Amino acid sequence: MAGVTLDTVRKIYAGNVEAVKGVSLGIEDGSFCVLVGPSGCGKSTLLRMIAGLETISGGEVKIGDRVVNQMEPADRDIAMVFQNYALYPHMSVYDNMAYGLKNRKTPKDEIDRRVKEAARILAIESFLARKPRQLSGGQRQRVAMGRAIVRKPQVFLFDEPLSNLDAKLRVQMRVEIKRLQRALGVTSIYVTHDQVEAMTLSDKLVVMSGGQIEQVGSPAEVYRRPETRFVATFIGSPPMNILPGTVEGPGRVSVGGQSIAVTDMREGLTPGSAIEVGLRPEDVQAGGAGASSLSMDIDFVEELGATQLFHGKVAGAEFIVQASTGQLPADTRNLTLAVDPGNVHLFDPQTTKRLGRV
Amino acid sequence: MEKRAHISGWTLPLLLILPQMAITVVFFYWPASQAIWQSFLREDAFGLASEFVGFENYVFLFEQPEYYRAMVTTVIFSTLVAFFSLACALLLATQADKNIRAGQAFKTLLIWPYAVAPAIAGVLWLFMFHPTLGTLSRPINALGINWNPMLNGNHAMTLLVLSATWKQISYNFLFFLAGLQSIPKSVIEAAAIDGAGPIRRFWTVIFPLLSPTTFFLLVVTIVYVFFETFGIIDAVTGGGPAGQTTTLVYKVYADGRLGGDLGGSAAQSVILMIIVIALTAVQFRYVERKVQY
Repeated sequence: MAGVTLDTVRKIYAGNVEAVKGVSLGIEDGSFCVLVGPSGCGKSTLLRMIAGLETISGGEVKIGDRVVNQMEPADRDIAMVFQNYALYPHMSVYDNMAYGLKNRKTPKDEIDRRVKEAARILAIESFLARKPRQLSGGQRQRVAMGRAIVRKPQVFLFDEPLSNLDAKLRVQMRVEIKRLQRALGVTSIYVTHDQVEAMTLSDKLVVMSGGQIEQVGSPAEVYRRPETRFVATFIGSPPMNILPGTVEGPGRVSVGGQSIAVTDMREGLTPGSAIEVGLRPEDVQAGGAGASSLSMDIDFVEELGATQLFHGKVAGAEFIVQASTGQLPADTRNLTLAVDPGNVHLFDPQTTKRLGRV
Repeated sequence: MEKRAHISGWTLPLLLILPQMAITVVFFYWPASQAIWQSFLREDAFGLASEFVGFENYVFLFEQPEYYRAMVTTVIFSTLVAFFSLACALLLATQADKNIRAGQAFKTLLIWPYAVAPAIAGVLWLFMFHPTLGTLSRPINALGINWNPMLNGNHAMTLLVLSATWKQISYNFLFFLAGLQSIPKSVIEAAAIDGAGPIRRFWTVIFPLLSPTTFFLLVVTIVYVFFETFGIIDAVTGGGPAGQTTTLVYKVYADGRLGGDLGGSAAQSVILMIIVIALTAVQFRYVERKVQY
């Protein structure tokens, strides 16, 4: 078992396109690290560089204490689960799982023991003789996982492994992957664009955008204290509301002439300067006209069963409020929102960085 | 789900298939049925009269040692051409599939031989390997081989195999390249991570996944060698020396056209027709069963 260390890793494609712009990251042994970001943010490229499927244009990738930059994928002691599973279509499930071990000249009885064990863990014992095309999507996914775990690698790499499954199966497999990783304790790096997957799976969440890391932290940290406006709007569903505001003074900002108190605010901001005010839809409470409140005009309501989403405008900007069903009448036209000073996030309109306490 | 268009009446559908039917009837069913009919007839030497002789032409054919010799020649010829044209095409396709500089030009150049007419291809190779004129026969002679495809049957066959293979490589190359490109990249990457080197990857993953393509090309190439190499044989060896490069198709021409034995020649055509129908049937059954991965 081993951790993975990236030191200013770069990927420059032909034509001087920089897909990964100097990423440094330490992934502890046995942890589950999720790289999340919109498509084209460089997360898959980064994963493929760790796997050895893409050359590394600059920087250093270490698995354990070995620098693997020049190593063949086979020598890096990793296993990868691909988005389209990448099972060998002409081999049975058993042979798919045994292939990597055969290539490494593992004794036959040892291969048999390991394949059977992996099949038992993944509950695919009854399909061992079948070909991949005779399996459903979820079963193929299990075989792909099985192929990874029989090899007992140092690191598991997952490249959007659940995106080809339907929504229900995705939730189920997500739980299984998490459980399996806990049980095996193998360092895992998982790439996804789905922020729910990212939040639920990770010990360490890495949010990427434009070839760079935006923020690294535990899912709770990233959710509670987003470092940039990008992270704030990317993590969380529905996304965080961003309102234009101005600085009033220490601990106070105004949004469309309505003053609200803020706990986490950088000191020394010039009063009257522009600032962006972020509020999560689930963090604002309807009703109550305290010292810190905003008025909202409602356009329409989305029903989600347990909760309702009220879409409307606050100070001329789009705004969403999430409320438990029944808390508010569905035909509400106007709302007064109570804002907890601890739930207000402030961002610099120019740099988009958080303007919290240092 | 298959969508079917519903057209009422018979007139329009019949009109639409009529051109294709007409072509098939005029160029296949009519000559084919004539050949079958003719294979039961014997004509006199001047072509003035013919009589019905039943299966006598067939019986006579299978009593001739030359017919068996043509069969053996055909088998040797098609085996060699099929093997070399498939192997070379596969090798070239695997190289062209890599991301190489000027790969597109390489691919285009490789396709050109297919556009050369068989007889011209034959003449081209004959000139290169002509015992006295050929640019390449001199170095071969220098190696101590008394090169003469005009007199030596093995040399003649070698020359035929070379030219027929050269012409078919383009076609096989195109299909292999398409086959290689349809193999998902991630499957090959998975094999690389699974510890298989390039050669092992080729034989355990890529080649098995190409097997439907290979089988299809094998059948197509055999049909090519059986029929379309006629032009090459006629231009290079004319079936000689001493009938040593006479294949089944060339014998149809030699016996019927040159020998004037229309009945015997027709009987040979019918046998060839049966062989091709059998090959095609095998191919369709196999392809339908096996092509889906």
